[in-house]
Amino acid sequence: MVKLIAQTPCEGQLPMTIGDVTLTEVVIQTAWNVAPFAGKEADVSKALEAQSGVGFPAANRMLTKAGSRSIWVGAGRALVQCDGLPELSGLAAVTEQGDAIAAVRLDGPAAEATLARLVPLDLRVSTFKRGHTARSFVGHMAASVTRVGAEAFEVMVMRSMARTLVHELEEAAKGLAARA
Amino acid sequence: MRITCPHCGERDRREFTYQGASEIMARPDADAGVSAFADYLHLRDNPAGDTRDMWYHDPCGAWIVVDRNTVTHAVTGSTLAREGRT
Repeated sequence: MVKLIAQTPCEGQLPMTIGDVTLTEVVIQTAWNVAPFAGKEADVSKALEAQSGVGFPAANRMLTKAGSRSIWVGAGRALVQCDGLPELSGLAAVTEQGDAIAAVRLDGPAAEATLARLVPLDLRVSTFKRGHTARSFVGHMAASVTRVGAEAFEVMVMRSMARTLVHELEEAAKGLAARA
Repeated sequence: MRITCPHCGERDRREFTYQGASEIMARPDADAGVSAFADYLHLRDNPAGDTRDMWYHDPCGAWIVVDRNTVTHAVTGSTLAREGRT
């Protein structure tokens, strides 16, 4: 019998600290992509909030409450991370995403400058505050970028892109550190 | 060139994929006849000036209808295709 060994998306590659930025993996075990049907967004939001404390987020925003999160991840879609979803039959299309996403957290004074090398957005704290999220590119790769703290971001991509994401972030951080 | 996504705001052109003229939004009725469908599929204007076309915002997944000018390269407006503008 083959013995299967569970591996996280960035297994063996993280954490690492380069200059003033630390990269750590965020393991997303349970998550769902929730896409409300036309006109059902308010109902979905109410049901989610009753169950998990977080409703359906507005565009470009993340909602958090006591371990639950809902992150806007595109037109009419949110990634909901919580213990369990309420009944959403007839209200939304739901896709299980646990284990499907690679997420890396950047911490430190250089986190912003590291992402500035990769993401074509203004991520300075004056315009991109805690709880703000954006769908954009990291290098050539579609990604969700979310500010989770004053000097902290979380970047999410499809799991198949985990190694590329780590490589891109590592190269950007090294380049930045070399210039310091 | 920068295009405004109705969800995400003004973004670099690299985030978008071009599809074609916005005539694709105005499909003839099913009984309109072969020539109407031939026009719908194949006939396009080639304006020097204001034009309207379909773009896909890759990272967020929204189809948008963009007003732009082929002479000045100005982008003057964008709306979600799902709102049904033709």
